[in-house]
Amino acid sequence: MEIKLTLNGKAVTAHIEADTLLLDFVRARGCLSVKRGCETENCGLCTVLLDGKPILSCATLAARAAGHHVQTLEGLQEEAADFVGFIADQGAEQCGFCNPGFVMNTIALLRENPDPTDDEIRAYLAGNLCRCSGYEGQLRGIRAYLDSKKEG
Amino acid sequence: MENKHVSAAVRKKDAMQLLLGKPAFMEDVTPADALVVKVLRSPHAHALIEEINTDLAKKVEGIVAVYTYKDVPQRRFTLAGQTSPEPSPWDRLILDRRVRYVGDGVAIVAGETEKAVNTALRRIKVKYTVLEPVLDMHTALDHPVLVHPEEDWVSVIPVGADNKRNLVAQETTSDGDVEAVMADCDLTFTRTYHTKACQQAMMETFRTYTELDPYGRLHVVSSTQIVFHLRRIIANALDIPQSKVRVEKPRIGGGFGAKQTSVAEVYPAFVTWKTGRAARMVFSRAECQTSGCPRHEMEMTVKIGAMKDGHIRCIDLHTLSNTGAYSEHGPTTVGLSGHKSIPLYTGGLEAFRFSYDVVYTNVQAAGAYRGYGATQGIFAVESAVNELAEMLEMDPVALREKNILREGMVMPAYYGEKANACALDRCLTRAKEIFGWEEKWPVRDMGNGKVRSAGVAMAMQGSCISNVDIGSATVRLQEDGTYTLSIGAADMGTGCDTILSQIMAECMGCKLEDIAVFGADTDSSPYDSGSYASSTTYVTGKAVEKACTQLKANLCAIGAQMLGCTVEEVEFASTSVRKKDGSAEVSLADVANKTTIGNNTSAQVTATHCSPVSPPPYMVGMVEIELDKETGSVEVLDYKAVVDCGTPINPHLARIQAEGGIVQGIGMALSENVTYDEKGRITENNFFQYKIPTRLDMGKLQVEFEASYEPTGPFGAKSIGEVVINTPSPAIAQAVARATGVWHRTLPITPEKVLMGMEEA
Ligand code: FES
Ligand code: FES
Repeated sequence: MEIKLTLNGKAVTAHIEADTLLLDFVRARGCLSVKRGCETENCGLCTVLLDGKPILSCATLAARAAGHHVQTLEGLQEEAADFVGFIADQGAEQCGFCNPGFVMNTIALLRENPDPTDDEIRAYLAGNLCRCSGYEGQLRGIRAYLDSKKEG
Repeated sequence: MENKHVSAAVRKKDAMQLLLGKPAFMEDVTPADALVVKVLRSPHAHALIEEINTDLAKKVEGIVAVYTYKDVPQRRFTLAGQTSPEPSPWDRLILDRRVRYVGDGVAIVAGETEKAVNTALRRIKVKYTVLEPVLDMHTALDHPVLVHPEEDWVSVIPVGADNKRNLVAQETTSDGDVEAVMADCDLTFTRTYHTKACQQAMMETFRTYTELDPYGRLHVVSSTQIVFHLRRIIANALDIPQSKVRVEKPRIGGGFGAKQTSVAEVYPAFVTWKTGRAARMVFSRAECQTSGCPRHEMEMTVKIGAMKDGHIRCIDLHTLSNTGAYSEHGPTTVGLSGHKSIPLYTGGLEAFRFSYDVVYTNVQAAGAYRGYGATQGIFAVESAVNELAEMLEMDPVALREKNILREGMVMPAYYGEKANACALDRCLTRAKEIFGWEEKWPVRDMGNGKVRSAGVAMAMQGSCISNVDIGSATVRLQEDGTYTLSIGAADMGTGCDTILSQIMAECMGCKLEDIAVFGADTDSSPYDSGSYASSTTYVTGKAVEKACTQLKANLCAIGAQMLGCTVEEVEFASTSVRKKDGSAEVSLADVANKTTIGNNTSAQVTATHCSPVSPPPYMVGMVEIELDKETGSVEVLDYKAVVDCGTPINPHLARIQAEGGIVQGIGMALSENVTYDEKGRITENNFFQYKIPTRLDMGKLQVEFEASYEPTGPFGAKSIGEVVINTPSPAIAQAVARATGVWHRTLPITPEKVLMGMEEA
């Protein structure tokens, strides 16, 4: 089947199989930040934005994105660069494999709620697993970013 | 002298690239049009393949190859990433006629697309003779059914293995007269503890890409901690010389020991070697959970002899370890269950005994997981000591203070090594302070069916495998005065590329940005055992230091020549080589340029290091939980830990290691379970059932460091990577016992078990 959608701001027309997952679709188009960590919708590594809302691309058919705007971390570099340095300052990126999904969901969080509490951050990002960092450093990074904005 | 780079909390060199999602991992950096490789897995725990028909599978459009046990080399090997000769017996073939666990390999399929491969997998017809499996590790030793009856099974070095007894390793070590000391104690008691085959659950599953290079050699790009061991394992498996194999690692999406075993590599390697085509294998999460290499399940029986005043005089530990269907890391993990738990009590001990059996069974083969066997042993010994505290009605911290290992003591249970750098006592004191032990130790009923309670545990680990592990570093001055650092150790997210660069920057007195670090590739990196056994900072770090010392000497020689004086008259001054009397100097840039013109002195140095000792890092963990008596659920409210890793080279990275390890330990304690059905199938084969902690499950963490100075380590450093996973299980088990009166001696402590325990009590 043929679909048309916008991927990171660019119009894309593609022939796909009906069962192609959005995750495989975007990776095949160079959006290699999007990762797969499970088959059961439990890890959050594959998070992308569909019309600005975070979704799991492993659980979404590419066909469902037809006519919509899909964004991956490749398309949100500047917005991400704004805060990820604070996470780097904690050393919390660690292996990095979970980072893109986590960063995407954090972008969504900060758009929805620019001044979240620690508990709100934890709750919003609960679906983003990380096996390396123990989560606390990621939280410290986001907190440091939010504090820096207040000071600045 | 103040350090500039060592002990600085600098960013990881790859941090921003990773956080911005740049292509870095195997699947990102290798061609996507490679053949897709998958393995047909055994549905039986133990069976012989009577017939296997691949005709229909081969006919599927896009299928390039289907291989069975009839196609592979008939020489046994091990997948364990260990220094050769490997302690793990050689008991593997790439594919075998006998399948030994549910998930064992039956056939390899390679094809152009995943769809074609999946179809072909369904079309392979296999007729099995199903055999009785050995599923219970307690009955495995001398069981009439043998997991490895084959005659060509080899145990390469003596570890007490005997395949005709289902035995992978056996040993007893002791010091002092255990019977006499026990008989003389006021009190002796015996308890048995049981830990499960927990999964490393790194977010990036096992994966490997293979191709033939222009020389016809096998080029392997794999997510691995052990490039050099892997080269040997693949050469052994394919029965080809090591010169035909090149192994390289890109960024690794977590390892925790999992990638110290060659779980995925041999399959695509075999396909590429046979077909000449590039191939790629990516494990699914389910495959990772059921055909991976988890922690060794262990059952530990601890007997403690003590006096009424709390003096612990004797520990007698027996460990039964389940290696599963294959031997990987079986003979070596088990030793840590005793040698890295008992020495914590060196202060009071008059005698100890530690014995073990490691057995084969027909379940998923185990491997290496952070903490190796220490995690299991520490759960047992620390729990037993906590039970002793209860029996004696003593504060468990006070009990420890009476008995612990202190700096300068010789540890009979730790290979007779001396604790040259040990801040365990200070860790205890500091943990008490920051945790608020006095207030939190009493059990507090919150009046809403919830109870708050606390627990404590200590831990130790090693910093390498002494006299075995080798680290090397090649340092080079570039034409423009910047440097390269080449290592064979593998940064798996831990930050060793950055940490080793910090050590180099400190030695050379240069900026961290002036060092380009590269690792690891068997063709271009200097030999390194690999990143495991907590060894990278301690061993490879020392190699970096040695290499820098030699490089400085070489640069001085070049500088002296330029200055027209003897080398004795000059010194290295970071940005120049200068005469000691200050009368003249040449800039480093000029020296660097000189290295490329008419020069006979190398501006590149490789140094190698191996340590005769393995200085332990130490740690104290304290936990506060809230236990819901209605539901049995345990919430971790607060976890405080104090770690002695010698000098933390990068405090931020050390802290994250500690926090990540603690959270994995919390998972092991409370939720990460592995159970088998009556056929030997694993129930928890996905992240829905195998519950690793989310950010809602870990409470507040706080980690502090009590530095000691290890004279044999680079800038006083020891290790950090593994010790950090060891304290949560015993500390949490104690807190649960305080809240409910029930000691849980089998992990994980799930809400169901807590409820059932309270009902029975
Ligand atoms: S890949 Fe795990 S949730 Fe999508
Ligand atoms: S950084 Fe490795 S999984 Fe999160």
